[in-house]
Amino acid sequence: MTTEARRDVDSERDWATDYDIFDPAYVRDPYPIWDELREKCPVAHTEHWGASWMPTKYADLFAIAQDIQHFSSREILVAPIELPPGAEDQPFYGVKAPPISSDPPEHTWSRKLLLPHFSIKAVTPFEEETRELCRSLIDKFIDNGRADAAVDYAQQIPPRVIASMLGVPEEMADTFTGWVRDLLEIGLQKPEVRGPARMALLEFLNEQINDRRQNPRDDLISRLLEAEVDGEPVPHMHLLGTCLLIVVAGIDTTWSSIGSALWHLAQHPEDRQKLIDEPELMPNAVEELLRAYSPVTMARVMNEDYEYGGCPMKTDDRVLMNFPAANRDPEKFEDPDRVVLERKHNPHIAFGVGIHRCAGSNLARMEMRISIEEWLRRIPDYRLEDPSAVTWAGGQVRGPRQLAVVFP
Amino acid sequence: MKICVEEEKCQGHNRCFVVAPLLFELDDYGYAHEVDGGVVPPEQEENARLAVANCPEKAIVILEE
Repeated sequence: MTTEARRDVDSERDWATDYDIFDPAYVRDPYPIWDELREKCPVAHTEHWGASWMPTKYADLFAIAQDIQHFSSREILVAPIELPPGAEDQPFYGVKAPPISSDPPEHTWSRKLLLPHFSIKAVTPFEEETRELCRSLIDKFIDNGRADAAVDYAQQIPPRVIASMLGVPEEMADTFTGWVRDLLEIGLQKPEVRGPARMALLEFLNEQINDRRQNPRDDLISRLLEAEVDGEPVPHMHLLGTCLLIVVAGIDTTWSSIGSALWHLAQHPEDRQKLIDEPELMPNAVEELLRAYSPVTMARVMNEDYEYGGCPMKTDDRVLMNFPAANRDPEKFEDPDRVVLERKHNPHIAFGVGIHRCAGSNLARMEMRISIEEWLRRIPDYRLEDPSAVTWAGGQVRGPRQLAVVFP
Repeated sequence: MKICVEEEKCQGHNRCFVVAPLLFELDDYGYAHEVDGGVVPPEQEENARLAVANCPEKAIVILEE
């Protein structure tokens, strides 16, 4: 597969001045492209998808993420969204996804609202039900000798955990998955898909919030409604945006990470054996898998004209926060393309860095750890059915979408 | 050895707490703070160095070796 992708990389495209993050070659195997860019042009530029800059070195990603004066989070999608005419008259126009889409000062209180609900202490109570969920998913295919580890397993886990946290019916999980794919995976290139999905998800969450105002329960939506900022309740539209964020950010990101981990382990029996023999290695292994297969690229936009790394960035220019490329930077990580489950020095930035560090990182880690543990407990020996049949989604979130595996 | 978490840099990644749970505590928001005034018992020195090496924010400093 790598050989084939390398041939694509060598094709017409000049990745330094004309990259396209939706190019199938990039989605399938971006690693050689990043290597080339780090060497030749560490902050690349393109006119595709609304024009943007793309740093690929760890040091640059770190510096830009910390520089919130110049680099704003008011737009975080890797491609601009075209709004249809009359969009401003639609309900929920202007609902964003705070705090990920906020700069300080809004960001500061908005993040404070969310963090206590995603601490290690707060996510631990969901461990047992996540384990039960993983077991019940495996029960459905264990006797078949084969499964799609992305569709039948990885994809099923995060939406159910999120539904449980929010306190919405578990049956909503598949609908959540559909909406999130339409928003982030398909919708970035197709506004006609994105618009209706966003509206449907917001309508659903709006109803849920209104319901909890009348009937508070022991769930995350109810707890967010109890919160106050400077003695005032949180504005409804802000809460709606935060709930939107919880659904959108918590689903295909984590399922991509679980899928990539299972893809790696399918091809590395020695790593499977290590995790089976040394279960205490798992938290470290999860960090290494997050580093090597970081799923998420975010964006920033320029607050003003500013030259960074010799690049004349203009007000409103988009900058793609290529955290996955940073995590493969040989200047930061020894032997970066090798997965070393016991790697000791691993300050990866798969969850970003700076004030926008992923608020759900503890939840994601827990889901990854449990889902890999349960998979290996029941399916210690498995392999890809056909490596060339694996398909990947990419752009904003990279991970396997079809991942057929076979096991004895 | 003595360590300290620079509070304005910590963003709550929780990496230090995972590798060195005896040296750090987390507040309700997930931000890390050194315990016991940052004094590291000799047998915890390696864990302290791991916490420093794995912090993505470079928020942990060794004040005294």
